[in-house]
Amino acid sequence: MPSILRHLLFIVVPLIAVFAVLPGVYQNHLLLFNFVIFLTLAQGVNIIYGFTGYLPFGYVGFFGAGAYGFAIMVMHYQSPAIIAVLVGGLVGVALGLLLTPLLRLSGAYFAIANLAASLAVLHFVANPALENITRGPYGVSLTGTFNPNDAYAAALVVLTLTLAAVVYLKNSSFGLALQAVREDAVSASMAGVSVVKMRVIAWLASALVAGLAGGVYAWYVSVFYPDNVFSGDFSIFAIVFALFGGVATITGPIVGVIILYGVYNLIGFTTPQYFQLIYGLLIMGLVLFLPAGLVSLATRRGWHVP
Amino acid sequence: MLVYALVAGVLFGLYFSLVGIGLNLVFGVMRIVNLAHGDFLMLGAFVAFGVVTLAGIDPLFAVPLAFVIFLLSGLLLYWVLVPRLQGSVNPEMLSIILFFGLSQVIEAVTTIFFGTSERSIQSRLLGTVFQTIKVKLFGGKPDGSGPIQIFGQGFPAPWVIAAVTSLIAIALVYVYLYRTRLGTLTRAVMSRRDEALATGIDVDRVSAAAFGIGLGLASLAGVFAPFMFGSVTPAFGADATVTSFAIVVLGSLGNPLGTALGGVVYGVCYMLVQTYLSSWADLLPYVLLIFILLLRPSGLLGRRVRVA
Repeated sequence: MPSILRHLLFIVVPLIAVFAVLPGVYQNHLLLFNFVIFLTLAQGVNIIYGFTGYLPFGYVGFFGAGAYGFAIMVMHYQSPAIIAVLVGGLVGVALGLLLTPLLRLSGAYFAIANLAASLAVLHFVANPALENITRGPYGVSLTGTFNPNDAYAAALVVLTLTLAAVVYLKNSSFGLALQAVREDAVSASMAGVSVVKMRVIAWLASALVAGLAGGVYAWYVSVFYPDNVFSGDFSIFAIVFALFGGVATITGPIVGVIILYGVYNLIGFTTPQYFQLIYGLLIMGLVLFLPAGLVSLATRRGWHVP
Repeated sequence: MLVYALVAGVLFGLYFSLVGIGLNLVFGVMRIVNLAHGDFLMLGAFVAFGVVTLAGIDPLFAVPLAFVIFLLSGLLLYWVLVPRLQGSVNPEMLSIILFFGLSQVIEAVTTIFFGTSERSIQSRLLGTVFQTIKVKLFGGKPDGSGPIQIFGQGFPAPWVIAAVTSLIAIALVYVYLYRTRLGTLTRAVMSRRDEALATGIDVDRVSAAAFGIGLGLASLAGVFAPFMFGSVTPAFGADATVTSFAIVVLGSLGNPLGTALGGVVYGVCYMLVQTYLSSWADLLPYVLLIFILLLRPSGLLGRRVRVA
């Protein structure tokens, strides 16, 4: 069996099946939905950080832009939710295109510029001067499309597409070329890899993922403020989840989300500051002692981790 | 109006230079992105609260206190974190995440001990020491510390005091870098780390000193934060970090005068936008940051960018 089929059959299908069945068994629907959203976002970070080495510190910019793309379609054009979600994804891609020049920057500069970009989008959307279009800082209310079950199903579809994209990257020459660019851009271009094109494609793919996730999120929660959907926590959580498991793998981000977001829900809601403390210490310990993530525990022993 | 905006911009700008200069020093010497920079600012503000509430004296005394405390804790922190980080595959990227973790820890611990309420200090408390000196030594009369007149416009006294302190601190950083032996070594490490190591410079010692001074300067700037920004909460750090980045990027790296210039330009722009287009003022630091990163990518912060 080719490995691409094996990965789809033994990782993607069971994961989606579990999350499709769980709402019938477990009552906390919102929690499950958040798991799906973070699985999607962590894989989106995986696409751009794991495979190209660009750390998207303002990843939430695409997510929030997607959510507002959804909101504007529903508020001003009364479009059906599915189309609005697709528009959310397109808004994410459009923002990604607008920000492609940032890819010229390297390392920390890219991360900081991306963070600044996401904050700029937040302040733009939340500006009282644009109240007619985005409702400014007063938030949007989309009760007309409110339908948690459909939104959950849509989130699962987005997650499936994202996982399929990661499986493709993991098993294709395109993904291999991206990793070559990450390791050494000059050598890769000498070997005939079109560096700029590849990076832009990965960048837009991860922007599309976040935009779609943002649209679905807006559909699910239906009432939100700019500060909710542009909260820096989304970027940070997604990055840390992905790193904790191990980037440039399919399973790493999944393991990271399930463990860390699980811990967050066990202790985070009652005492947020203690969670923040544990979380901070965990991040520091991770960087100092396990910089390649949990999967490196296995890879160090010579086991292959998909 | 214009004169007021310009002078206020320069006063704030000098202060902003002080806010950014520590970050500049740490990044320049170690190639480490100190995302916890703003949190050290916040801790400096808490030192000022402590000085006012516990000792009941002028918050200006918190300036040397905060500097010494955070100089020492910076040296300690350096030895715990940085050598291990430098040994990893991609220290620059991992430092972002590592120091993000540190900033979370600092914010959480501060919240656990002090709560999330906004804290401020009465602005007339700052600079009372000058009044006391004037009365005791020169027999002057105590007059209320009203606004200070510059070009016929009144400015709050804390702004002027913060600006003057910043100017002194920046001058001292300049003296440190250009007139002392350790400063010369620091500049050597900044320009070529490998060659500095090869010529026998104790890079770790130089870096530790720079790290300590960087944190000390951040906390020193933090002492004035309650006066410049009105109030401070444990969550203040994150915004302060982004602002500091905008300032550092505006100036140039490895040159304290560059950051001073960056701070002043930033302050004047900020005040002008605030005066004439106030609803868009929040956007300014971010847009400025992106444009400068994009328009001057080469040579920016003294580091070449990857050519793709």
